[in-house]
Amino acid sequence: MMNIKILGSGCANCKRLEATVRRIVAAGAIDAEIEKVTEYSEIMKWPILSTPGLAINEKLVSTGRIPKDAEIAGWLKG
Amino acid sequence: MDRPTFLSLSPNLRSDLRTYITVGLMACLWLLAYSIIQPLADWLAYGVLGLPHGSRLGEAVAFFLYDVTKILLLLSGMIFLISLLRTFFSPDRTRALLGGKRQGIGNILAAMLGIVTPFCSCSAVPLFIGFVESGVPLGVTFSFLIAAPTINEVAVVMLFGLFGWQVAGLYITSGLIIAILAGITIGALHLERYVEDFVWQLPGAQGELKETLSLADRIARAWDAVKEIVGKVWPYVVVGIAVGAGIHGYVPESALAGIMGRNAWWSVPAAVILGVPLYSNAAGVIPIVHALTEKGAALGTVLAFMMSVVGLSLPEMIILRRVLKPQLIAVFVGVIAFAIILTGYLFNLVI
Repeated sequence: MMNIKILGSGCANCKRLEATVRRIVAAGAIDAEIEKVTEYSEIMKWPILSTPGLAINEKLVSTGRIPKDAEIAGWLKG
Repeated sequence: MDRPTFLSLSPNLRSDLRTYITVGLMACLWLLAYSIIQPLADWLAYGVLGLPHGSRLGEAVAFFLYDVTKILLLLSGMIFLISLLRTFFSPDRTRALLGGKRQGIGNILAAMLGIVTPFCSCSAVPLFIGFVESGVPLGVTFSFLIAAPTINEVAVVMLFGLFGWQVAGLYITSGLIIAILAGITIGALHLERYVEDFVWQLPGAQGELKETLSLADRIARAWDAVKEIVGKVWPYVVVGIAVGAGIHGYVPESALAGIMGRNAWWSVPAAVILGVPLYSNAAGVIPIVHALTEKGAALGTVLAFMMSVVGLSLPEMIILRRVLKPQLIAVFVGVIAFAIILTGYLFNLVI
């Protein structure tokens, strides 16, 4: 199973990124667990200066923006 | 050998070319639209709506249509260019540039980078932690955190569109000076102990994600930024300009000279206090303030009000409270408020 982490403390873009990821996961019937990381002490263990961050299988793929659907889908395919 | 035709190009190159052509066409359309704003507004107000020339309502409507079109065009065009420039900067790069810089030089650099580095106040906490953890001095970090939201693209573009480049320039310059001096002051006070303890216990900072972007990628990102920012502020722009047009048409000349003129000494601090709860509404506030200056409000008072609206925001204080103890928040607010009030008096005195 894939592990997806949304790193961000509840900002508007963090919520939007989460919704986008959930939609893509559901659409592709991807076997993934989506985790929200909202504590700064946890978030800052990642090399992040701007939220939201997106990590897939413990690998950071984007920070500070909401990637395009196609980009996210590409990362989820591996 | 065949000459390459559009269709024989690789799909990537084709999509890049399509992007450049679209940008070129948009630029032409933008210039055309910008050059016909006045006749368009007059035609709509007096022709389509049939309002009589010289009537109060007719003038207010024409004024409204002109300003709305002009400001929305300016915002789209300028935000596109600024966002394109910003794709060449990142918080991570700024942090690398600021690391190991001394007070003074560091503060100046931080304030200037605050203008061009992409920044959202929702990311103030990770940015703050990342900066101080990697050894950027506290005062230098604050110079950045003051300049970045204060000298913000929407405020600057609207000041430029409504007041002209001189006032926009004054705003940028005083914003920079305030950010530099406030940062130096906070640095000199050695307030590191008022940063929440957990910040110092986090693991050391690492480099952020490295991305390689093509010019077409940068254009796409800049376009996304235009859609997001203009999509968010346009209702405020419309309402603000409508109220401004009302004031323009119906409030008597110099009605405000008594309460907002340069001789009313208390109006500068009052403007600063009034500005704090109006966070994020710079887009709606500037047109109203512009109309007020026509009716006798002093420019220094108006600039102080603007800076307070944009630079002293309650939500940002609440966000920063996660990493700063109340004492440091108080110093932060106090230093900026003091600097803004001083700026207001200075401009009222000089202009």
